[in-house]
Amino acid sequence: MTHFNITKTYKAIVIGGSAGSFQVISKILSSLPKDFDIPIMMCLHRLRHVRNGFVEALNIKSNIKIEEPYDKETIKRGKIYLAPANYHLCVELGNTFALSTEELINNSRPSIDMMLQTAAYAYRDKLVGILLSGANKDGALGMKKIHDRGGLTLVQDPKECLIDTMPSSAIKITEIDHVLSVNRIIDFLLELHKTCKIA
Amino acid sequence: MQEIEITQLRTLVDIVKKNYDYDFSNYAMSSFRRRIQRIIELYKFSSIEALCERLSTGDEKFFHDFLSEITVNVTEMFRDPSFWRELRDNVIPNILLNNKNISIWHAGCSSGEEVFSMAILLKEMDLLDRARIVATDIDTAILEKAGQGAYSLKNMELNQKNYIRFQGNFSLDKYYKEENNKAVMDKSLVEGVQFKAHNLVEGASFSKFDLILCRNVMIYFNQTLQNQVLKMFHESLYKYSYLVVGSKESLIWCEIANKFIVVSNEEKIYKKVKD
Repeated sequence: MTHFNITKTYKAIVIGGSAGSFQVISKILSSLPKDFDIPIMMCLHRLRHVRNGFVEALNIKSNIKIEEPYDKETIKRGKIYLAPANYHLCVELGNTFALSTEELINNSRPSIDMMLQTAAYAYRDKLVGILLSGANKDGALGMKKIHDRGGLTLVQDPKECLIDTMPSSAIKITEIDHVLSVNRIIDFLLELHKTCKIA
Repeated sequence: MQEIEITQLRTLVDIVKKNYDYDFSNYAMSSFRRRIQRIIELYKFSSIEALCERLSTGDEKFFHDFLSEITVNVTEMFRDPSFWRELRDNVIPNILLNNKNISIWHAGCSSGEEVFSMAILLKEMDLLDRARIVATDIDTAILEKAGQGAYSLKNMELNQKNYIRFQGNFSLDKYYKEENNKAVMDKSLVEGVQFKAHNLVEGASFSKFDLILCRNVMIYFNQTLQNQVLKMFHESLYKYSYLVVGSKESLIWCEIANKFIVVSNEEKIYKKVKD
């Protein structure tokens, strides 16, 4: 197995996904060790009017409890967060979340672009962005922002995606550091975990 | 476009405060920055400095447009239908156990969708003429829109779906007519509603209520301002009356949390139990 030679530490990981990403994200979550402590924020497209059920479904496979954060909740290490239904999830100053009911972006609320862009603003080069399978271009601009601020960008290999519009749109408009299969994304996260532990 | 920095936002906030006496210093910065960005694009300013320069002229008319754009006016009728069911089936009957009439404050009513939702709910309970309703917003232009109750037909699809999930007695189209490609709400629903300009930032308590709705408004404020507003709401409620916030807002961290109890955690309905 080739290593990624991660030389930096990171403060947060943001993951975006849409159609075809549920199985992928479940697999990733079930592969993370219990003590994985870089906070993960996920924005997955979901039905706007269904508040319950989604986070519960993701929790079945996850080793770490996933929560839908409240407005102004503090972002903590060792936690995994999911953008709630019908709200945009933003990273606010002072290491907290802020929710928003602003206009739909790319026909979505929560919007991946919104989460990625605000996280890039807050974490600058200490952010890892991961974009998975999906049927629209939400997340592409967010990935560009992460790259422009010096963060690390990963997408699921379009060849492997159920629907590749989302990662392909990101590849088109910005530099992507790693194009990876799901298994390699998991390898990356495990290596990142070790690197950050040592540091 | 160049990224707007926090220091630039602070300069803008100072200019607005000095010229117009509106204080945005405790707004949540992530959304405030986006609203400013939006205004710069909408009015084609070359930079945030150009916008600041325009605001420095003291042009009240432009400031009003600015104010309308700063506030987020995206809302829907019967948002979270389960909340409206809870209101109909439990909260309002509870209020009426001890009162003949009911007083309600919609704080940050925006374009009025919630005001109409409430009026419809009360009408279907045959309580509309026993209700005193006040609807306030910082933005006078949006208040006027709220009073007119003319909504895009596209939005009515969602509103209708929400109304069905709320399990209303009829069909939502009983309450509006289509005119010029708009859904124009039945004005008699809000005849008794007092629409009033009120800024939650500086505004003081002006009356007492049995029920205050402030859903998804304080998410645009930082915690300092949230605390301040919640104190004002506490002052504006009778003992044992109700406060409702958005489904992902919480009173847990606020300074006066101990003066409220949770009536429904799912719907974020709180009851004032201590003065």
